[in-house]
Amino acid sequence: MNQTTAHPAHLQHHFTDAHQQAESAKLGLWIFLLTEVLLFGGLFCFYAIYRSWNPDMFHNAHAFLNVWMGATNTVVLIVSSLTMALAIRSMQLGRRKHTIVFLSGTVFLACVFMVIKYFEYSHKIHLGQLPGKWYFFEGIAGTNPHIFFSAYFLMTGLHGFHVLGGIAVITWLIIKTSRGSFSPEYYTPIEMTGLYWHLVDLIWIFLFPLFYLIG
Amino acid sequence: MEHTIPEKHYLNEATGWKSWLMTLDHKRIGILYMIMVMFSFFLGGVFALLLRWELISPDKILMGPEMYNQAFSLHGIIMIFLFIIPSIPAILGNFVMPLMIGAKDVAFPRLNLASWYIYVIGFCFAVYALFTGGIDTGWTFYTPYSNETTTAVIPILTAAFVLGFSSIFTGLNFIVTIHKLRAPGMTWFQLPLFVWAIYATALIQVLATPVLGITLALLMLERVVGIGIFDPAMGGDPVLFQHFFWFYSHPAVYIMILPGMGIISELIATFSHRRIFGYKFIAFSSLGIAFTGFLVWGHHMFVSGQSDLAAVIFSFLTFFVGIPSGIKILNWMATMYKGSISLDTPMLWALSFLILFSIGGFTGIVLGTLSIDVHLHDTYFVVSHFHYVMVGGTVMAIFGGLHYWWPKIWGRMYNETLARIAVVLIFVGFNVTFFVQFIMGTQGMPRRYYTYLPQFQGMHGFSSIGALIMGVGFLLIGIYLIHAIFKGKPAGPNPWRALTMEWETPSPPRAGNFEGAQRLTHGPYDYDKVVPENALKQYKTL
Amino acid sequence: MDTTRSLFLPPQGSTVASDVDALFGFIFWISLFFFVGVTAITVYFCIKYKRKSETGQTTPYVESLALEITWIVIPTILLMVIFVWGFQDFVRLHIVPANSMEIKVTGQKWFWSFNYDEGATGVGELVVPVGQPVKLLMSSKDVIHSFFVPAFRIKMDVLPNRYTITWFEATMTGEFEIYCTEFCGKGHSEMWGTVKVLPKDEFAKWLEAGSGPGEGESMKEYGARMFVKNACNTCHSLDGSKNVGPTFQGLFGRREVMSDGTTITVDENYIRESILSPMAKQVVGYDPVMPTYQGILKDVDIDGLIAYIKSLEN
Repeated sequence: MNQTTAHPAHLQHHFTDAHQQAESAKLGLWIFLLTEVLLFGGLFCFYAIYRSWNPDMFHNAHAFLNVWMGATNTVVLIVSSLTMALAIRSMQLGRRKHTIVFLSGTVFLACVFMVIKYFEYSHKIHLGQLPGKWYFFEGIAGTNPHIFFSAYFLMTGLHGFHVLGGIAVITWLIIKTSRGSFSPEYYTPIEMTGLYWHLVDLIWIFLFPLFYLIG
Repeated sequence: MEHTIPEKHYLNEATGWKSWLMTLDHKRIGILYMIMVMFSFFLGGVFALLLRWELISPDKILMGPEMYNQAFSLHGIIMIFLFIIPSIPAILGNFVMPLMIGAKDVAFPRLNLASWYIYVIGFCFAVYALFTGGIDTGWTFYTPYSNETTTAVIPILTAAFVLGFSSIFTGLNFIVTIHKLRAPGMTWFQLPLFVWAIYATALIQVLATPVLGITLALLMLERVVGIGIFDPAMGGDPVLFQHFFWFYSHPAVYIMILPGMGIISELIATFSHRRIFGYKFIAFSSLGIAFTGFLVWGHHMFVSGQSDLAAVIFSFLTFFVGIPSGIKILNWMATMYKGSISLDTPMLWALSFLILFSIGGFTGIVLGTLSIDVHLHDTYFVVSHFHYVMVGGTVMAIFGGLHYWWPKIWGRMYNETLARIAVVLIFVGFNVTFFVQFIMGTQGMPRRYYTYLPQFQGMHGFSSIGALIMGVGFLLIGIYLIHAIFKGKPAGPNPWRALTMEWETPSPPRAGNFEGAQRLTHGPYDYDKVVPENALKQYKTL
Repeated sequence: MDTTRSLFLPPQGSTVASDVDALFGFIFWISLFFFVGVTAITVYFCIKYKRKSETGQTTPYVESLALEITWIVIPTILLMVIFVWGFQDFVRLHIVPANSMEIKVTGQKWFWSFNYDEGATGVGELVVPVGQPVKLLMSSKDVIHSFFVPAFRIKMDVLPNRYTITWFEATMTGEFEIYCTEFCGKGHSEMWGTVKVLPKDEFAKWLEAGSGPGEGESMKEYGARMFVKNACNTCHSLDGSKNVGPTFQGLFGRREVMSDGTTITVDENYIRESILSPMAKQVVGYDPVMPTYQGILKDVDIDGLIAYIKSLEN
């Protein structure tokens, strides 16, 4: 780290200082998270509308989801949010090795989440509890139970894609960290990814009761 | 006073096609957008002329009903998603906004370039759809028709979906830029009103477009996988699609008009040489329109079978969109009072906007009224109202803005005589084309009709003549503007004696916009305090 | 006032039309007043304050909050008047009178059909009595359509998954156009129909009278009338050109290849079958879009159509 504070390597030419650059990145990411919330918001609306039209069917169908798998996944994601926060903390303190360990932990937990999701999905696919015209399961009372599974697969599926995206970005962070790209002065990408990861976690915390714990 | 082109500027600081395709300079990205967006405008215009040609007679002239349905769908989709939504923010917003706030670039230049590439990918999907079966759903993609038709719905939905991301990223970039990259000392109320308008637009782009994204994604899944949520045969609700669609697409019309209003604020102030009247009212009315725009989507659905209560609420809220627009028009007029008005070409575009947009606004009140909308919904009245707002409003503003900033962008001036002829051609042609459509609409002529009863033939023919006049006008503009790029007289840094910051740079500006940090010396509309000279940094403060 | 009305609006054929037109006129004149004002003032400013010096220096001015408030409050009041007025008429447009007669309307690609409680049916032509409220209970068999009668100032979307309702009371006899105003595909712009408003006694007679050819009308002529009335002409040409369906020119006795590869000769039974169960045997090269006329056409109507098709030689 031989650069002067006035012109560190990571400072782009059109910013006056590193503070302005970090602030811009942070605001940009918050707006991005807002668009994510709205993207899911559309699906939450869709869920709310069809649930209000078919409350009984939703209740009957939710019994076919595995609460224990869902609960395990909730815990897994919350812990991964913790490891992500610890990774940022370690970089602030300049402990690069710890950062790598915590980031790897986050990736590992995210993979655990996806594996559990895989077992849930394949079980449902096997039984025919599928969206729309693919649905062939019999034994759920109420009209159009396939709509419940449309919502389930759409929302958890979109969330799953976000987890996969997170895995890719955090893996990239691990490589960058081990190459020494970050320092206590500059760790914006880790911080930004942390915010993203917390949002992914938060969305799951909404999805879990909406699908698994319908009262 | 003779001017010269500076030796080094952003256009020649690097050469070769690679320096353009890999550029991170907001000005060059603005020009990349200009090429693509104006080409789309040309394409959409060709479809418009084909439609008007076919409608000269109720019988077949050029194409059958299936071709006609594809032509009007493509006209709408190209004009809306490829032309008018990106037009002002992506071309002029990109080029001018950072200059106006004294920034060296937008906050995220790489994201800015990525937005352009995403736009190009969307464009390619649209062209792909054009050659693989076309699209006949109209630009609104209403289910269940869009779910049944055999045309290339998936590629066109992909195109709109991808273009949405381009729009989101541009909006995100602009919000951060305006928040964080203003010149030191520049407060929010010292921003030019164009920047306020771009800011309000960016907010809508960021807040509404993700919902369109998910809606189009659901429609694609419906078609490909059959998830059953819009399909009545599977317990889905086709009207739900309309709600989702208009939740985006109504705010989207403010994405289209707000930046246009921003340009008009600049033009009126500059060419009246007058401090803008009611600055804060104009600035906040932009935010007011952006906010109210989210609450009125149901006025597209008064006869769709939604509940009467919903219709009443949506109608009530709709009238509140009219008020901020009215505020703007009256403040612009008050700005001209005791001004020093110069009728240069950009001002002629601004005056056209004022007149045509007023008509668009008044007819909007007619349509917002519940009982009358029942009669006028989905007739030519709606078609005409929409074109008065979008062409009479936004397109007038785009061309006003292009004529205004053309000398800044290229450093050279166009032929003023030809430019004035073009304004007159467009203004006359536009009114001939569309005014008669109000009458057809009230008489009951439905939109999206390939053929019609003989009683409408005279009016359709008249309308088609107007379209031809407009076509000639736009062709003329294309010719003299391109000519000006290469052969125009050097314009000098500030040909209009304007006070906003982009005129403090040479024309064309240098690669990094400003040398050193830009300082604010006066407000954007201090025409009563400062005499602007047509030269760099030569203001006399009174 | 009346000349502007007739320039802009079609004849007033229903009880609500004059109310709707009155509000339209109100907005029209107010808008015209403000529009002329805005344009005149703008033009006047452009002339009066034309730039006279090179620098174009202008004087400072005082912001006027009073002015801003004035031009916010006055339009708001006017807009609220318009809203309330439009709201009241809308309520009247939507509350069906209790003494209405009910007619079931079905929209499908690309024609309208009408079913009466008394058992009568009609395609493309809605026959109603004058001075009697009529409730239309509407649904669609395929995509969304929209039922629009300009002379009555009514319009309502017709949906595939639920009933929508509109009503009118015709105030004069005559024939008025019906349009489809929700884009529904190839035949959208020809999904026309007619409302035929009859005096009450004639309507009662019409409702009782069965179908079949009128006095002095041959079966062939009757079939020609049915061909248009039932919108067969939307998809079947008479001049040999290929449309949505095969042409009727020279159809009778023609040998046609079916979509399953077999070949048949078109005879009376094939025509009858194609009208009642169109999916049974289809000519190759055409989409399976022909709707069934089971329950819509009576035997005499089909007989008439067969007689008509027989007469259409090459």
